[in-house]
This record gives sequence, structure tokens and C-alpha cells, in this order.
Amino acid sequence: MTVPIATSQTILVVGGGISGMTAALEAAECGKDVVLVERSATLGGRTALLYRYFPKMCHPTCGLEINLRRLKANRRIRVITMADVQSIGGSRGAYTATLKVAPRYVNENCTACGECEKAVAAEVSNPFNYGLNKTKAAYLPHAMAYPQRYVLDPSVIGTADADKAKAACKYGAIDLDMAAETIEINVGAVVWATGWKPYDAAKIQPYGYGRFANVVTSVEFERMADPAGPTGGKLLRPSDGKEAKNIAFIQCAGSRDENHLRHCSRICCMASLKQTQYVREAHGDTAKSTIYYIDIRAIDRFEDFYRNVQNDSTVTFVKSKVARIAEDKNGDPILHGVDTEGYHRYATAHDLVVLAVGMEPESNGIRLPDDIVCDSSGFIEGSPDGGQIGAGASASPLDVNRSVQSATAAALRAIKVIHKTASAEMAQK
Amino acid sequence: MSESNKAANTVAAAAVARYRNNFLKEVEERVEDGDMVKMCMQCGVCAGSCPLGPHWEHSPQKIFMMIRAGKRDEVLSSDSMWMCTSCYNCIVRCPRQLPITHIMHGLAHYANRLGMVPKGQPTRDIAKLFWDNLLKTGRVNELKFSLAMYFKDGFVQGIKNALAMQGIGLSLMKAKRLSPMEIIGGHKCKDQSGIQKMIAKAREIEDRRRGALA
Repeated sequence: MTVPIATSQTILVVGGGISGMTAALEAAECGKDVVLVERSATLGGRTALLYRYFPKMCHPTCGLEINLRRLKANRRIRVITMADVQSIGGSRGAYTATLKVAPRYVNENCTACGECEKAVAAEVSNPFNYGLNKTKAAYLPHAMAYPQRYVLDPSVIGTADADKAKAACKYGAIDLDMAAETIEINVGAVVWATGWKPYDAAKIQPYGYGRFANVVTSVEFERMADPAGPTGGKLLRPSDGKEAKNIAFIQCAGSRDENHLRHCSRICCMASLKQTQYVREAHGDTAKSTIYYIDIRAIDRFEDFYRNVQNDSTVTFVKSKVARIAEDKNGDPILHGVDTEGYHRYATAHDLVVLAVGMEPESNGIRLPDDIVCDSSGFIEGSPDGGQIGAGASASPLDVNRSVQSATAAALRAIKVIHKTASAEMAQK
Repeated sequence: MSESNKAANTVAAAAVARYRNNFLKEVEERVEDGDMVKMCMQCGVCAGSCPLGPHWEHSPQKIFMMIRAGKRDEVLSSDSMWMCTSCYNCIVRCPRQLPITHIMHGLAHYANRLGMVPKGQPTRDIAKLFWDNLLKTGRVNELKFSLAMYFKDGFVQGIKNALAMQGIGLSLMKAKRLSPMEIIGGHKCKDQSGIQKMIAKAREIEDRRRGALA
């Protein structure tokens, strides 16, 4: 690939989710040059995997489309997908970033016609549905993918499938000789927008995620509700494919727990309140949602959303952190615990259990530059000299709305760094 | 109750008077790990995780709330904390990492010192027999301990218990796990008075730390 032109007045944004896109766009629309680096094959991040947003219950497609239009209209942003930041050296105003770009095996001739997908036989686990289903080894990540280009899974390279894909392509877009590249760029400021990942629910042993088929996570449930998801938008139990009508939501699955994530993930209460409305949409008055909670934290302006859900006759609230889940012979999860309002012991069966898993920084487990400071949960605060800035859910557990605000603030800080660098350079001349 | 214990209790009663209407503070200062009680966020995982949960009158979660609500007599005269078998399920699962097991033991111990344990509480009775037995020689005399258990509810019941357990006793003797000679003196540690002094000193330090003698 051609190495982008970048100088000490360029801003590097790491991560192409909603925060990274926002930071990049805000900075670029202020006239700054931006390199936006994304690890996966498409921009959009975890936002693109949501079915609907709270509180307005609108679809993320809308917000993403606006941002993608802004992106296409702006010449100052250079997007590099399938790229990992290997290291960042130097200091405020003068960083050298080393990027490793993985081969996509599809070049810019691709028109997303889909012939290669039809040609290949091999299937791989679909990361854009959290592995709930499979996708062909030549795939478009999702309908809103940017760049709107196919990807060839590296597992088929060297097999007959790869040749079939190449033969099927009328545009000469498949290039099986692509190799990983390492490039170096100079930048003046770095915005870390590496986002979050759902906490590994299997670590919450008493809840049986991974052992009981009908215990799923909130992010998986979000995909199940999406018509583009693995079940075509039907709320089906993984064990037997029956429709799930009586669904339990367990709050603080991993969050506010010294044994797991010590912070409150902030979004999960609203996410579950929102998801009860998916159940209502699917089954009307025969739906049955039960939220097991310690406290409902409908942060900021969302108290009215909470009140509306409280008034919904299909939704019940049980003030109790579930102690453990067992499974009966029908595959129904049985929730055991004691409620706090009266200390009643319960053992309640549901069709499906949704664990409202907490937000963990995606950067946990990845070695960040030495001068990056993180909080006790691993959320990025930035570098003390101000040259590297945390944005969005990499900096704090935030919903989409707040991530956009955080990213805009981060863009402003990065612009300040660039201005100072520029004036220092002018003074030297 | 010995004379010294009675005297200690009188002092203790005076010492607790200053906690009137603030049972949480009393627990914080005088019960082992009692300072952690206020960290409870009432999620209920301990109550739901306790294997003996259905058999307690008050779950740990409820006891913590009762402490905050100042229900001193209800808590200290309850036999709930005596039901704890130290399985540590609650400690392992507590999202706030409260040492719940230790607090239960601390509350039981404190209630015992104040003489507020319900009469005939079996856990307390066996603990006391065991402790007295151990303290005498510095070693547990299993024969005397078993006999004390048999006869704790009177002579006739004692004979009945002993006859019921006869088979096990004889088998233990045959397997050389129980010596009838233990009835006279029995094995003991080398410095009996030394160990008693040590325990007495430890108790004095503990009392001072908990403010019972202050």
C-alpha cells in the first residue's frame, strides 16, 4: 500500500468505531490531517452491531450513514483498515507510529458484487454476530461496511476456495499475493479510541454461560433481535430454536464486582430496559421480561425511559443479584437467589437468560505505549504530556451518545496539541 | 460462668452503653471485621449462595441491614450466624469482597461474650465443650469430649446416647483410634500452665483491642 503522507501536524486516531470516526471527522472538519486506523475490515465498530439505540429506539444505520457521508466528503482523512498499531515512539508533537497492515486479499477494484462469496464453499465463524453463526470465507462484514469491500479470510489462502474466488471476480479485485506490511508514520498527536469489549461471561461461573445454551449475553441478544442477525430478528432459544417469550435480564453481570470488573459499566441498565422492548415488539402482551438488578442506573436524562418500562405490563423488576443459575431437563434456566425487598427466596424458570455483561476496555491485555496512564479498570486516561488522549469507551464506559461527546472533546485536545506544535515549528523557522 | 467472666461482662455492659442507638458503630468497633459491614450494597448474592440459606432465620444480607437499622437484640440473640459452616461460598462470590464468613463468626463470638446467645444453641454448646476440653491440657481429649457431649443434657440422656454410640466406640477402640485410658488424665502438652497463660494473655489483648476492658 502507499504510505500516507503524515507530518507532525497530523493526528493519528486509533480505532474506527463511533468514537474514532467522530474524533477523526471533528478534527478533519477543523482542517487537520488525520490518519484513522482500524483493526478490523470495516469502520463502525460495536455501534454497527447494535439493533437499536436507546432512548429513541432508532437504528444505528442512520447515525453511521451520516458519519460515513461526512467521511467520504472529507479529503483530510486517510482510513487504514485491518491495521494494528505495533508501537508509538517519541513524545507530544513528534510521534512515530508503527502500523502493521494485514492483507485483505481484495483490492480497491472491488464493487461488492458478491460473486466471490457465491464461489467459495468454506465458512468461518462470523465475528460480526459474535460467532453466533457462520459466514462464507469471502464476505462483506455487514451491510454498512466501510470500505464497502469484500474480505477473504486468511484461512482459505492457498486452498482451492481462494482460486475459485479469484476466478469468480470479474473486476480483478482479488489479489492472493497480498502480504502483511509494516509502515511507519509521523504524527503530532494520538487519539486512542480503541473502544470496549463485552466482559467474558464464562468467567462468571455461577451463571453457567458456555455451559447452558439458553444463557446468552446482551450483545448476543442484540444480534438476535436484529433482522440482519443470525436468527433473522426472531428471539429464538439457542438450545431448541423455540421462541423465547419469558426472558430474564441479569444486571451487573461482571460489573460492580471486585472479582470481575470493579466499575459500573453505565450502559447495561439502559440496554436491558431497551431490550425488554424488543421482547414486547416480538410477542406483544404475551411477552414476559424480568429484570434482576441491584439498582437501576438509568443515567442522565433516561429516567423517563425507565419510568415507561416500569409502566409496561410485560416487564417485572426483581431487586436481587441472582446468586446462581441451574438448568432443568427442558433446558430452561432456573434462577436462584433472594430478593432484597422482603428477603424472599426464589427459584424461577425462564425460557432464556440475557446477561447484561459489563464493558471492559478493548485495550486490556494489549501493551500500550509506556507513557499511557490507565485507571484501575484499564480505561485510558492518556499521556501526562497531553499528546495522547483517550476517547469514547476506551476512556470510560459510555453509551454511543456520550462516546460522541467524549470523542469531540478528545479531537479538540488533539487540535490544541497540533496548534502548539505548529507554532513552535513556525518560531524555529 | 466464672467470676472473672461475670466481672468482664459488667464492664462490657458499661462499655456498650455508649453505643446506644448506634449498633452499626458498636459492630464496627467491637466485632471482628465488623468495620466491613457498611460496605454491603444489599445485592443478595450471599443469601442466595449459602447452602444452608433456607435454614437461617436471617440471611447475611438481612443481618447486615438489621445492623444498620439498629436491631441490636434481634441480631445478637438470633441463632442465624451460628448456622454458618464456613464454606466460604459467600466470600468468594461477594462483589464487594466482604469477609462475610468472618463477620458471622465475629457476631457469634460477640453475642457469646455478651451472653446473648439463645439457650441450648447447639453450635455454641459444642464449641464451648470443645474449647473447655482443649484448654485443660492443651490437647483435645476425644474420649472426654464425646462423653461430655453425651451427658450435656443430663445423666439419663447421657446413658442413652452412650449406648446408642456403643458400636462406633468399640470399633474405634479396636482400630486403635480411641484409647479408654484417656479417661484418666489423657495425653497433654508439655507445659499446660504455659498454654493457659498464653490464652489468657491473648484474651486480655483481644478484650483491650475490642474495648471490653476500657
